[in-house]
Amino acid sequence: MTTNLDKPAPRPTEPGRVMVRAQDVCKSFGPLEVLKGIDLEVATGEVMCIVGPSGSGKSTFLRCINHLEKVNAGRLWVDGHLVGYREKDGKLYELKDSEVALKRRDIGMVFQRFNLFPHMTAAGNIMEAPTQVKGIGKPEARARAHELLARVGLADKADAYPSQLSGGQQQRVAIARALAMDPKLMLFDEPTSALDPELVGEVLEVMRGLAEDGMTMIVVTHEMGFAREVGDSLVFMDDGLVVEAGHPREVLANPQHERTKAFLSKVL
Amino acid sequence: MTTPATPPADKQPVKREPIKAIPVPHYGRWVAAVVVLALVGLLINAFASAKIHWDVTGDYLFDDQIMKGAGNTLLISLAAMAVGLVLGVLAAIMRLSGNPVTSTVASVYIWFFRGTPVLVQLLIWGNLALVFPTMFGQNTNDVITPFMAALLGLGINEGAYMAEIVRSGIQSVDEGQTEAAHALGMSKGRTLRRIVLPQAMRVIVPPTGNEFINMLKTSSLASAVVYPEVLQKAKDVYTHNLAVMELLFAACFWYLLLTTVFSIGQYYLERYFARGSSRALPPTPLQRIMANVFSTRRPGVKTR
Repeated sequence: MTTNLDKPAPRPTEPGRVMVRAQDVCKSFGPLEVLKGIDLEVATGEVMCIVGPSGSGKSTFLRCINHLEKVNAGRLWVDGHLVGYREKDGKLYELKDSEVALKRRDIGMVFQRFNLFPHMTAAGNIMEAPTQVKGIGKPEARARAHELLARVGLADKADAYPSQLSGGQQQRVAIARALAMDPKLMLFDEPTSALDPELVGEVLEVMRGLAEDGMTMIVVTHEMGFAREVGDSLVFMDDGLVVEAGHPREVLANPQHERTKAFLSKVL
Repeated sequence: MTTPATPPADKQPVKREPIKAIPVPHYGRWVAAVVVLALVGLLINAFASAKIHWDVTGDYLFDDQIMKGAGNTLLISLAAMAVGLVLGVLAAIMRLSGNPVTSTVASVYIWFFRGTPVLVQLLIWGNLALVFPTMFGQNTNDVITPFMAALLGLGINEGAYMAEIVRSGIQSVDEGQTEAAHALGMSKGRTLRRIVLPQAMRVIVPPTGNEFINMLKTSSLASAVVYPEVLQKAKDVYTHNLAVMELLFAACFWYLLLTTVFSIGQYYLERYFARGSSRALPPTPLQRIMANVFSTRRPGVKTR
């Protein structure tokens, strides 16, 4: 993976083609280098799965995409817009919090530990951002919430609080909550890792449905079966770098790098 | 292979003999109880034979002046607590903000007002006229009345304590909540108001109740700036009739009454906020008393 900062900026992205472009993305927490130069591209409608050992920087990279983490070096574009900065006359200007918030509306994120708002019902969780951020009226938002709950198979749970739902149900509500903002891109940060094994399937089923509807998705996961069947591309990360990328079936069946082989032999 | 003896479907419930064991004798408890009862008896005897005119205490319990003082105690406590709450939330948010100036100012505020006695602070407010003869174009003593001095002294002091309570409440909310809200495009202010503070309340409410009950008692210090709360009123009366102890006990009665009423209120408030977060609600006071009285044999209570 050769990286250099002198590389010319990529051509402006044709709309509808590249959704996410990462160029030499680096991130450190103090002295700890977590990302050491990530280059990749995700096309609109693509489902990219990112796999790799823990500590390899998968989640950090995902969090950089919606600017929950600030990139230290390199560039990240989402739908042709630079993440977190504005480039003008060769200078970078940090975006204001309100501008960052505006960009995040278009990027849905699903967390490992669901992070539902415990003081709100399932419908309340889903309505929160549309009503508070987009200013959509409550009746309309409520109708949409019920629609989305039906889509994730929880039509009867609108008035349940998160503590009354199983992990799988909570994660499905979390997916519905992210969808309520009509995102162009969905980020999944190990969405099934905190679930009991028998609950994993219901969440993956919802994600498969999303992929079939053409949603652009980046999925950090340990579910190799999902990656193989639903993913359009598979990226193997280790130690802050993309070690290997390609079509999931090829990478899983015929890994080229030693590290990929070693990792897959442990998880498959 | 032997099949385990399966009970027949129509098995009659066997009447089992309950264990009848001789309980461990708690001699130590009996000794301690006798010693403590003896000491309490001595104390009661001392006060009963002391030169206290209990009838005077009784006469003044519901005296107009004393009742007015109790009303003022409640008023200054509520008002100072309100000031403390507002300042506390403000200082906590300032302290947690990314702005180094606001967070330093908040830290210094908390440091100073928690680090000096509230009595000293009250006296400083009460004597402000010595260094600022006029304020807002008026005589300072007309602006800083005893009520104002007590309100500022108690309220600003309380704000420093409340700031720490609110801060710990805000910090108790999982960071994932803030991240989830931000990921949905919610601004910082909206995230705080809609997501973080409602969840922080569970942690903030119980110690705030404690603070208020403390405030009911701490407000007695306002007598140092001659605010006519119940202690000050009692003092006023006993400087005339010299029944010092009698009136101090009358004041105690009102403090106990107020703290007891608000403690019961606080208890049920805490129970309410514990819902959903703890599986078993804490026992009510009556249940606790019963459990203590019958502590030697508690059916159904497992001890580890």
